[in-house]
Order: sequence, then C-alpha cells, then structure tokens
Amino acid sequence: MTAHLPVLQVIVPLLAAPLCLFLRIPRLVSIFAILVSFAAFLISCGLLSQVLNHGTLIYEMGGWAAPWGIEYRIDLLNGYLLLLITGVSTVVLVAAQSSISRELPENRHTFFYTAYLLCLTGLLGILATGDAFNLFVFLEISALSSYTLIALGNDRRALTASYQYLIMGTIGATFIIIGVGLMYMMTGTLNMHDLAQRLPEIYKSKTVLSAFGFFIVGVCLKLALFPLHLWLPNAYAFAPSIATAFLAATSTKVAVYVLIRYIFSIFGIEFVTTSIPLSEIFLGLGLAGIFAASINAIYQLNIKRLFAYSSVAQIGYMILGLAIGTQLGLTATLLHMFNHALMKGALFLAIGAVVYRISSSQLNHLAGLGKKMPWTMAAIVTGGLSLIGVPLTVGFVSKWYLVVALLDKGWWPVAVLVLLSSLLAVVYVWRLVEWIYFTPPRIILDEVEEAPLSQLIPIWLLVLANLYFGVDTRLTVGVSKLAAQSLFGVTP
Amino acid sequence: MNILGLYNYWIVIILILIGFFIVIAHENLIKKLVGLTIFQTAVFFFYISVGKIKGATAPILDDRWQLYSNPLAHCLILTAIVVGISTTALGLALVVRIQEAYGSIEEDEIQTQDTQDQLECQLEAYGPRKQFLTKRI
Amino acid sequence: MLSPELMLLLTILVPACAVPAILATGFSANLREGVTITASLLLIVLVSSLYGTVDDGTIVRLAGPELFPGLSLNFSIEPLGMLFSLVAGYLWLVTTVYAIGYMRGHDEDNQTRFYACFAIAISSVMGIAFADNLFTLFIFYEVLTLSTYPLVTHAGTQKAKLGGRVYLGVLLTTSVLFLLLAIIGTWYTAGTLDFAAGGIFPADTPTVVTGSLLVLFIFGIGKAAIMPFHRWLPAAMVAPTPVSALLHAVAVVKAGVFTVMKVCVYIFGLDLLNRLPTTDVMLYLAAATVLIASIVAMRQDNLKARLAYSTVSQLGYITIGALLATSAGVVGGSMHIAMHAFGKITLFFCAGAIMVAAHKTEISQMRGLGWQMPITMTAFFIGSLSIIGLPPTGGTWGKWFLMTGALDAGQWPIMAVLMLSSLLNIAYLLPIPLRAFFSGPSPQGPLRIKEAPLPSLLALSVTAIGCLVLFFLTNPLYRLATAIL
Repeated sequence: MTAHLPVLQVIVPLLAAPLCLFLRIPRLVSIFAILVSFAAFLISCGLLSQVLNHGTLIYEMGGWAAPWGIEYRIDLLNGYLLLLITGVSTVVLVAAQSSISRELPENRHTFFYTAYLLCLTGLLGILATGDAFNLFVFLEISALSSYTLIALGNDRRALTASYQYLIMGTIGATFIIIGVGLMYMMTGTLNMHDLAQRLPEIYKSKTVLSAFGFFIVGVCLKLALFPLHLWLPNAYAFAPSIATAFLAATSTKVAVYVLIRYIFSIFGIEFVTTSIPLSEIFLGLGLAGIFAASINAIYQLNIKRLFAYSSVAQIGYMILGLAIGTQLGLTATLLHMFNHALMKGALFLAIGAVVYRISSSQLNHLAGLGKKMPWTMAAIVTGGLSLIGVPLTVGFVSKWYLVVALLDKGWWPVAVLVLLSSLLAVVYVWRLVEWIYFTPPRIILDEVEEAPLSQLIPIWLLVLANLYFGVDTRLTVGVSKLAAQSLFGVTP
Repeated sequence: MNILGLYNYWIVIILILIGFFIVIAHENLIKKLVGLTIFQTAVFFFYISVGKIKGATAPILDDRWQLYSNPLAHCLILTAIVVGISTTALGLALVVRIQEAYGSIEEDEIQTQDTQDQLECQLEAYGPRKQFLTKRI
Repeated sequence: MLSPELMLLLTILVPACAVPAILATGFSANLREGVTITASLLLIVLVSSLYGTVDDGTIVRLAGPELFPGLSLNFSIEPLGMLFSLVAGYLWLVTTVYAIGYMRGHDEDNQTRFYACFAIAISSVMGIAFADNLFTLFIFYEVLTLSTYPLVTHAGTQKAKLGGRVYLGVLLTTSVLFLLLAIIGTWYTAGTLDFAAGGIFPADTPTVVTGSLLVLFIFGIGKAAIMPFHRWLPAAMVAPTPVSALLHAVAVVKAGVFTVMKVCVYIFGLDLLNRLPTTDVMLYLAAATVLIASIVAMRQDNLKARLAYSTVSQLGYITIGALLATSAGVVGGSMHIAMHAFGKITLFFCAGAIMVAAHKTEISQMRGLGWQMPITMTAFFIGSLSIIGLPPTGGTWGKWFLMTGALDAGQWPIMAVLMLSSLLNIAYLLPIPLRAFFSGPSPQGPLRIKEAPLPSLLALSVTAIGCLVLFFLTNPLYRLATAIL
C-alpha cells in the first residue's frame, strides 16, 4: 500500500470527483469532499515522511520503466508542496458548505465540489509527475476546472473573468506544449530526469533556447507574473469566495513550482543564467510587479480585488527570490510560497465569512464590522499584518530570508526596495483597518452577527498557522533549505 | 538545409501567428475562440510533423515494413486534442452564459457595462466628489 | 520565593495575561479596572524584587524559542533594562489610577479596548527592556507600535484617524526601512545580534559599514524622535491624555531612546563609537533636534502640543548622552530616562486634569487657572522644574551628568546647546504655572476650587512628589546607571 502512495495521491481525488455527481445531496457531497481531501492530506504526510527518511521516491506508472512509461517522482520539493496544497484544500473545504450555500444556488453545489476536486487533482498531478507532457495534461485539468469554479460566481462579471482567464490560460498552456515539443524533438524523451541528462550536450542549440523561451512565457502567464497578470484580479474578485481562497492559496504556488522545476531540475541553473539574462528579467519584472500591483491594491474598492492585487505583488517576491539565483534566494522563494499560501488562505476565507454575513465585499460596507464580527475581523487584521511582514508572523520570516539573500548577493538597493514595498502593504492593509474599526457603519448591520463556527474554525486554524510558523520555523525553513540544497546539488 | 524544405514548420508558424492575431485583434468572443482553436491546432500539426518520417508507416511489426514513424508524438496529440476540445467547449459555454447575462458578445460593449457597474460602486463608496481618486477599470 | 528567571518571564506575561481578563470583564467597568490595577500591582512587585538580582550581580538569562537558526527570543536582566522596566512598571499603576478618573470623567467609548491595548503595550515594553538580543528587541518594538495605534485613534474621529496615519506611517516606515535593514545588516556583518558589553562588530569590519549602520540605526529608531522623523509624536497627541502621558512621554519614546542606548553601548561599544566619523554627525543632529524642538515648543499654544515638542527636545538629550560615548554621558542619559519620565508624566497628567475639570486645552486660556486648580498647577510647577533641571527636583541629576559627559568628551558646542536649551525650557514651561497664579482675571468673589476627579488628582500628586523625592533618593538609580558600563 505504501508503495503506491504517489499514485494514490492523484488518483483518489480524481476518482472521487465524478462520484460527487452521483451522491447529489449537497451535504453528503460536502462531507465526502472533505474526507477525500483529508485522505489526500494523510497520503501527502506519508509521502513527505518517506521522502525525509528514504530520499526521493520513484513510482513507475503501470509498471512501465521510466523513459517509456510515465514516472512519478516525489522529492523534498514536491513532497513539501503536496502537504501544503492538500492541507490548505482540506481546511478550505471545511468552510465551503456554509459559504457556498449563500453564494450558489442549491443545484450547483454538486458541480462546485466536482470542479473543486478535479482542480485539486490537477494541482497534485502537476506536483507529483516526473513527465513533461503529463505535467501539461494536469495543468489543463486544473485550469479547466478552475475556469469552471470561477464562472460559478454569482456576479455576471465572473463569466467574463473566467473567459478572459480561459483565453490567457490556454495561450500559456499551448506555449508550454510548444516548449515540450521542441525539447522532445531534440532529445527524444519526455521524462524530466532523462531530459536533464540529455540537455547539457545540446545546450548550444537554438531549439533548446527557444523551447526554454516558450516555456518561460507560458508558465509566467499561468503564474500571473507582472505584466501577464491581467486575468488574475477579476478572476479572484468574482469567483465564489471559497474558490478564491483555494485558488489564491494554491494555484499560483503550483505554477511557481513548475517554473522552479524546469529551471533547476530540467534545464539547470547554469544554462538558465548563461544563455539568457533571466536573472535581470526576473529582477525587473518582479520589482515592477511588486510596486505596480501594491499601488493598484491601494486604490481598490473591493476587498477581494484588493487582495488579488496583493497576490500579484507577492508573486513578485517569489520571482525576486528566483532572480537572485543563489541557494539562499531559492530558500526564500520556497518559504514564501508556503507562507503566502497560509496568509492568503486565511484572508480569503475570512472575506468569505464577511460575504456570507453581509453579502458584499465592498470596502465601505466593512465599516463598523469590527464590533459585529470581532473574530473574523481580527483574522483579517492578523492576515494583513502577516502580509506586511510584522514580526511573529510568517510574513516576517519570508521577508527576513529574502532580505538576507539579497544582502548576501550584494544587492543592497533591491533590499531597500523590498522593505519599501512592504510599506505599500501597510497602506492597503491599514485602509482596511480604518474602515473596519474606526468608521461608523455605512449599511444597516443590526442583524449581522459573528460568522458561523464552521467558518471560524478553518479561518482561525489558518491564522494560528500564520502565527505558529512565524515563531517555530523549524519545519518550513528546514525543508525549504534542504529542498533548495538538493535542487542546487543536482545541477553542478 | 533548404529553407523551403522545412515547409511544414513554416505552415505551423503562419497558422500560429494567424490564430494569435485573431485572439488579440477581435472583439467578438466567438471569433476569439476560433482564433484560439487555430492556434492550438497549429501546435498539433507541429507535433504530428515532428513524429512523421517520410516513407514510414505506423509501427506495425511486420516484415514488410522497415521504417516506422514515431507513434509517441501522435499519441500525445490525441491527448492534446481532447484537452483542446474541452477548452473550446467550456469557452463556448461561457460565451452562451455571457450572452444571457450581458445581451452581447462584443468585448467593448461588455466592457462598457462593467465600467458602469464599477462607477456605481465608486459613487456609493466615495460620493461624487472623490471619483477622480480611483482608476478607470 | 520564585526563581528570578520565572519572575522575568512573569513581567512580560502578567500584563499580557491581563489582556484576555480585561476583555472578558468588559461588561463591568469596576471589575475591568480592578483587573488592570491588580496586574499593575503584581508588576511592581515583580520588577522591585528583580532589582535585587542586579544589585547582587547575578546573571539572569531566559532562553526562548528559536525563530531562525541562531536567532532566538532570549531575555536577560541588565542594569539599563532594569531601570527602564522599573520606571515603566511603577508609572503604569499611577497612570491606571489616573486613567480611571480621566476616562470616566470624559465618558469615553470603547474603554475595554483602551485598557486591553494599554496592557499589551506595557507587556511589550517589558519585552523591550529585558530583550537579550536586538532581534527580540525589534519584535517587541514593533508590537509596541501596533498596540499603541488603537490608542492613538481612540476617538475614531477624522482627526484621530489622520493622527494615527502619521503615527503608524512614520514609526513603521523608519523601523521597517532603516531599523530592520540595519539589524539584518548587523546580523550579516557580525554574525550575531546578542547584546554584549563592548560591542559585537569584529575588529576588521570596514568603517564604511559600521558608520552607515549607525546612521541607519539612529534614523531607524523612529521612537527616539530624532528630526526629521519626529512628526509622529505631535500627531500622537490626539490620543486620550493617559496615553499621551504614559506612552508618549514615558513608554514609547523611552523605548526609542532605550534602544538607542542599547545599540550604542552593547552593539557598537563606546570605543568603536568614538572612532566612527558618523557619530559626530548624528550627535550634532541630535543637538539640532534639541534646539529646534525647543523653539517650536515655544510657539505652540496648545498645551499638549507644547509638551510633545518638549518631549522631542528632551529625547534629544538622551540620544546625545548615548552618542557622546563617555561613561558620564551614558550615566546621564540613562538617569535622564527616569527623571524625564517622572517630570513629563506629571505635566501630561496636569494637562489632562485641566482638560477634564476646566475643559481648556490652549495655554492662552489658562491665565488665572491656578486659583481654581491649585494642586494641579503646583504639580505642574514642580514638573516644570524637573524638566528644566533645577533643584530640588530629580531632573537636576540627569542634566548634571550629561554636562559632565559633554565636558569629558571635549564637546564644547554640545555643552553650549545643553545650556541654551535649559534656558529655552524655562521660557516655554515656567510661564504656564506662573501666569496661572499671578496674572489674568483675579478671582471674583469666593474662590471656587474645581479640581479633576480624585483618582487623577491623586496620581498627579504622586508623580509630582516623585520628582522631589528623586532629588534626594538618587542612589538606587545612580547605582544602576553606573553598573551599565
């Protein structure tokens, strides 16, 4: 049984998704989805502990040996992210039932859970697989299901947002298969491990270079790197709150993972830094993204959009860590992936609770909620503080490592800019605080009360995780460091 | 190597560009999807032509044939076609819903309606005086 | 008897644990304030008994969780921190008593939030005082900023919100942009952030690095209100007076200068400081702050604003004391932390008492007020003397040692600045009580005494007497201050 864990990780939610359609009764489906996600979480725990004890796990799909068959390869990097994604997904699902009962008509609940589980399958598949083309297939599974999730939002703008995402996402995915195709042409293999061994001989080839180019552009579209982020704010703003919480916490992280996997495990950092000025490009785009998106966030009226822009900015930090191109930089990126998932999960879930109670996510409707929904609002503020990077929260841990990595590289001015940008986060978070606590209500709040426990518990689980991993960094920092080491170790 | 000898790649490149241009230039949502499909199909051609060897057949183990085309590329494209079809289907479904919600499938008209919604929100939040503070969407 | 380590932990935990208790007892004002008073009494017992350990010279150290490899939340007791915690601990009780009178007299809203945030602020002050490394200190420094923000914007008016924005804006900008950078830079250069006598920088560190780190530190510690980063302090005056009194005359600003002291003495070390070219630059900047702030204070008609600028100027004294890099300077600076605390809190208490009893905030309206509020105005007079540094008040000693320090360092310009500033102090402080008694409309008919509520009156009398007592009983403080080096 334990030998089959890598495939079970993906297959369990995949098989469960259509089963949801047969169960039909929303409450039953919801419990079923939670159980499935929790099972996936347990599997990922098992996988990570196996990886920590025995090193990289290799699973040959259907018993076909690697270069011919599809191989699943679990190492520290994806083991760690599998744990994160399944964990967040489970927590989010606990809050789902009550939240979507307010936001979706009854007859669509089953579809929501089906799409959600398919999306989870896609994300887990991307992480687990060791095959370049298989990765594309899972990328599309997760993308198609997230278009569906977004389109389920009850504002009509959800439809256009989903459409826009579909166009951009498909272009990105197609770019990725062009890249994969070019690499296959040159090497005759699709297995990542094989690719990594065959590519060094043909580094000079223009085809490999263009494969890499197509690949980077495609992935950057998927991960919403500035200026390819235009699809993201609307998609996050108009999707059902639960879908936003899930996607914001997980999908961009997985896209960053794909980027890291290709740069470090397939092409190798040496090729990447010598063939094109990727470091400079990432540095420029990362910084531009951080500033442009943070400034945009300041002017948003809808809190979901506000935090969506903030997500774009946070992706900038992850890319910046990659731009540094050292082991410390990569550690910072990996840490921020984990930490940002915790922050955004908590924030969007809390916003979901607000929408549940006041049916609005307009900033000005939040006025006076500090007294009516103290726990939810405290969660939003804590999440915001974490976003700013206040000590004792996870945001501080990421920022600390990023700045140390920048200083180590000798990039003083960039370090100053990173710190400066966190002040922009102060501005948009504090706008929220002023509305919540120091402004009299704008709408009638008489009947508004605290969010139900089924939402408060998951919200506070994530908030406490924000605080816990801000103090006890052994797991996060330890695993990120080891993963970064092994990624640098593989390539000379 | 003769430039025209690689005509299959030229066709692929031209088709990709045509598809891409349609996606970017057209306002009509259906036409955008058409462009997207052309774009994807061009990539399918690319894979198929990569796998094809002149004068070779499908890999049927028989003494009469010595030269086989690479079947893997063709298999991959079967998967990609499935993905492409689902994308198109989902896109078309979305367009139908958009038509129901907005009464139009022209991008500029939809945009106008959205901007209107956005302005109303601003008006409610800030009152008429402070509108200049917020960006046009 | 508890072990000193446990007591050290309790100094931080007692105010922190008071927070949930205050929130839970929010329904009853008496119960809630009872909780606060109990906590502050406990705190006084704790810090007083800890004083003994410093006197014995026992080393008390408490290791906390390790946040990053090599960086832990560690606490220890050393003389400077002891002095700071004594001041803050004692004055918390007094301020709480005062706040009860003030907040009830003013009928303020959200009092539960007020007391809860106050307790968090005190807890973080204790964390700052006993921090064993710069990292721990920074964490509590930020908690202090955030926990005092709701106190500044307490009123919830547009003006309060604007004040809050300036407050948070300046403090967070400086601490994130400069202080954090300086700390990470120090960590990167020195490989440690633990406070150690004589400094932590390796001897071969380039002067460019240490010199610029010093500048980053001095600007980064925005709470020390060195110009041009002083704007937050006048902005914070929109807060209720007890907040201005304890936090913006004692806890928050003293946390700033305390951090400056700690950095100068335990991170750089006086020897290194003497060699750095930027020390003098920063010293003159502090001197300029002292003078400019005094001049600005003279032109303020609002009493709290005048006191705020006076605080900015007095904080400059302590920064000067640290940057003089002589032992007398450090002794003077640290004694001034305590002396100024007692003087300034008295003045703020009086300002609040006048606001509650006579509803007056502008100095020009206070002529003749002395006959209506004799106790308050007498206390104000004593507080003023202490700030100016005239006997028989505690303020004398701080200034005495600062001037000795300036002489030791051969810094004649600084000496001149200190003298001039004392004159300016006289010019902007003394006229207030004098005019209150000797000018303005003479009392018509029988004297109508209308003082502030009793708890407030009691509190301001205690601190005023404290100013006098400290002149005679300086020994404990002096012993602590000399033990720093």
